[in-house]
Parts: sequence; C-alpha cells; structure tokens
Amino acid sequence: MNIPELRDHLCAIHPDLCPLFSIEFGDGVLSVPCEKLYDAAADLRELGFDRLGMVTAVDHGTEFEMVYRLHSRSMSAAIFLKCGVSRDEPRVRSLVDLWPAALWQEREAYDMFGIEFEGHPDLRRILLPEGWEGFPLRKDYCDDRVVRRPDYI
Amino acid sequence: MSVEIESRECVVRGDGGVVEQLVVNVGPSHPSTHGVCRVIVHLDGEVVTKAEPVIGYLHRGIEKMAENRTYLQVVPLTDRLDYVGSMYANWAYCRALERLAGIRVPERAEYLRVIVCEMQRIASHMMSLGSAAADSGAATMFIYAFDQRERIIELFEELCGARLTYNYVRPGGVSFDVPEGWVETALAFCRTHRAALTEMDRLYFGNVIARDRLKGVGVLSAADAVAWGASGPVARGSGVNFDLRKHDPYSVYPRFDFDVPTGSNGDCYDRARVRLFECYESCRILEQAIAQMEPGPFRTEGLPRLLAPRPGDAYDHIESARGSLGVYLVADGTPRPYRMKVRSPAFCNLALLPMLAEGHMLSDLVVILGSLDPVFGEVDR
Repeated sequence: MNIPELRDHLCAIHPDLCPLFSIEFGDGVLSVPCEKLYDAAADLRELGFDRLGMVTAVDHGTEFEMVYRLHSRSMSAAIFLKCGVSRDEPRVRSLVDLWPAALWQEREAYDMFGIEFEGHPDLRRILLPEGWEGFPLRKDYCDDRVVRRPDYI
Repeated sequence: MSVEIESRECVVRGDGGVVEQLVVNVGPSHPSTHGVCRVIVHLDGEVVTKAEPVIGYLHRGIEKMAENRTYLQVVPLTDRLDYVGSMYANWAYCRALERLAGIRVPERAEYLRVIVCEMQRIASHMMSLGSAAADSGAATMFIYAFDQRERIIELFEELCGARLTYNYVRPGGVSFDVPEGWVETALAFCRTHRAALTEMDRLYFGNVIARDRLKGVGVLSAADAVAWGASGPVARGSGVNFDLRKHDPYSVYPRFDFDVPTGSNGDCYDRARVRLFECYESCRILEQAIAQMEPGPFRTEGLPRLLAPRPGDAYDHIESARGSLGVYLVADGTPRPYRMKVRSPAFCNLALLPMLAEGHMLSDLVVILGSLDPVFGEVDR
C-alpha cells in the first residue's frame, strides 16, 4: 500500500485522525497531541499496524518530540507517529500494553532523554549505569569530560 | 571469575515446598556471552526462573558522537555498531542520508552494495553459527564456519583494505571499484561455499547431540515475535515471513530471484537453520548480481565534502544479518546531523531473552543467547 492509499484508508476509518496526517520525505506521518498518543496508537494497531519498529525522541530545544515508527505486514505499509512533549514535564503514556516491543525502547528513551512513560512496568536506565547524572541526548547536557571537536566552518 | 553467586534466598514454590533460590551473575565477560553481556539469573536448582540481561557495557554514545561530526565523518562510526557486519550499518546510514540530501546513487554502486552485503550476511551467519555451536560444545563446527568466514574477510580486505571496519559504503556510492580478478574469486567462493554449507548442515544439524540441545529450546511463537518487534532470522525462525529485501524492497533487490527461508517451531534449532539456508540464498543473489552488473561509475562525482541537507528528518532501513536495521536522521540545515538514531535489530531481539530463557536449564541459557545472535556493538551503540 503506498502513502496516498494509506491516507485514504486511514481517513475512511478514522476521519478524526485525517487532518493530522502529512507526507514528509516520502513517509506518512501522523502528528497527534500528546494526550491522544495512546488512543491514536491503539487505533493504528486496530487498523493492522502490528509491529512497533522504533521508539525514540528528539530534543528540539523548546520541546521534545516523540517518534514512533509502526509497520503493518498485512498492508505492507509504515507510518510515523509523532507527538510533542513539554520539556518542563516530559511525560507520555507508555505503549507497552499495546506492543511489548516498547519495553526496552522506552527505557532507552528514558535513559537518554529523561522522558517518563506512564504505565511502564520497569522504567529505569538501560544503557547507562544506575546513578548516572543527566540525560545525555538532551541538547543542554553538559559533561566536562566530553571533548568537543573544533568547528571546520 | 565470571560466574559468581550473588545471593541465596528461600522462596516458597507454587506447590507449597520451600526451595533455596540462587541468584547467579553470568558475565559481563564470559566466553559464551558473545561480547560483554551480563545476565542476572535466578535459579531453582539448575532451572532458570528469571533471567535479566544487563546491557550497556559497550555503550560508546555513538548517537551523541554523531551530533558532533560532519555527515561524512559519521560513516566510520557506523562501522563500530555491528562489528561483524559493518557493511550493513554503513549502508543503512548512507541510505537515510541519501534520502535526506536527495543524492542519487549510480547503478553499479547499488550492485556493489548488494554484493558486499550478501557476502557480509554469509560471513555474519558463519560467525553466528560457529560461535553458537561452540557454546554448546560443538567446537568442530566453529572451525568449519570460521574457515568460510575467513575467505570472505580476505575478499573484503582485497576490496577495501580492512578486515572488520570497512567504511566501504559511502554517501553517493562506494569507496572503491572491484579490483581485477575479484569477481572471479567471489564466484569461485560461491561454488565452494555451497558444498561447505551442505557439509556443515550434516555435521551440525544432523548431529543427534546438537539436535537435542537445540530442538524445543527457547520457543518463540509467531505472535510474540511480531509483538516484541523481533526481526531477521529470530522472527523468521518462528515462521514470520518478513524480510525487508522482499517486503519493502530497496536498492536493486526486486531484480533478483531468491527465497526467504522460514522455520516453523521457533526454537533455537529453527533460528540457527534459517541462518544456514539464508547463506544458500545469499549465494544465489551474489551470482545474479555479479552477472547483471554493468560497467559504469561506482560513486557520484562532485558531492561536496560538507553535506548540509535541508532541515527535515528521514528514516531508511535495510535487512541486516540480524534483522531490520534502521537509521533515523534529523537535519537542521547545518553540516552535522542534529540527531541520529539507530534502530538496532540486535537490541530488540535481545529483549526476548527473559521470556525465552524462563523454565530452561542454565546451560540452555547460553544456547538461547547464541540463537538470538546479539552483537553488543549494536545492542549498546
């Protein structure tokens, strides 16, 4: 199923999600408000997106953006699910009860960005040791031990 | 000592009996952990009641380092992700970047990428089969498999000068064209490799002890494989017919005739045997790719050294020896990636270990870990 077909299919079944759909660099993207993330994910799962491929976050300075990549084998289509999360209170509902694949991937997003996943059964650091201070992939993370390369331009 | 007892505690079993439960620490440096993986194992006698992997011992912060390098300087970093299959991470990164920056790749480069990646698949599967067999005591298989792997590594060395960290696939093409006589050596390898595979199949999978150790151990159902995001031979061993080369075809893969081997039981035996059969298919692809490849440029000329794609994000993925390997890049218009995320198949597959190991013997834990084929450079990044 190509992206326009996916959009039409999505719009026919979930008209409320339709205005949130866009196409970026050839990928279908569904940008939802953070509080609707779980429901949108559950709708997409119902629609046939049975694999949660990737969970990650991006620090945009003003806010975090959660990025989920879902894939459907039956439709042979993929979709990005994105939502903005406030930096002051980075909190989003966990998708573990929809896809257990989120179990480790959400732990990694917590480890690197400090995003709290509500309802995650085992939310603790995964790659960094316990007791590590700060969240390294945040843009304002400072570590005196890090050597910054000189600018070439 | 790498296996040590952490604690002893008494627990009440389901049938009312009281047993002493041992908590044993396996690793992080242990001959059978395929790198540096620590597993905290709760044991009732010799039976695993809970296994908890502790990872991150090889975490180098590659995603963070990428933010401080130019787009071209990130390519050598990707070599260090999956270090027994460096070509894959090179390619996945380059695909994401090419998508973001709108770089076209010459056809010969696409064929060369397919050729090296299929050889890499064979080399990686040989590593996996050999070391997993050695874990369960079949040391002979290890020697046979590493002999095959060595021939590919020698071919790679001739091609790009490196044996492990190739830095071969570059944005816009590959770093070198094939040297004279290389293609003939590769074709000759295919012929001998098929015979070696048949021999290994008899030697290992036909061996009654190996079958006993692998069959029915660490069973993963197809539904769990999908829900847990498993990919590659781990998912296909459970009968999930999912291979990006077929189901989300990229590069020139639609031009080749090949099959996707799948298992049916989802146990360690099926996962390992799927890898063996994939090597036959890789030989088929390799021969077709070499036959179809036309002379021409092997890289895009005139690319600037400082690539600065327009702001936006792009994701692209390939089928690595371990599964769906994806790279997600965010650009902000500067010559450095704003964010790079590696969707690592080994990381997602390793998350299955607690579920698969529960209820098996401690010695089976090693076999199950080997059948998931984790490479810790990619798990920890």
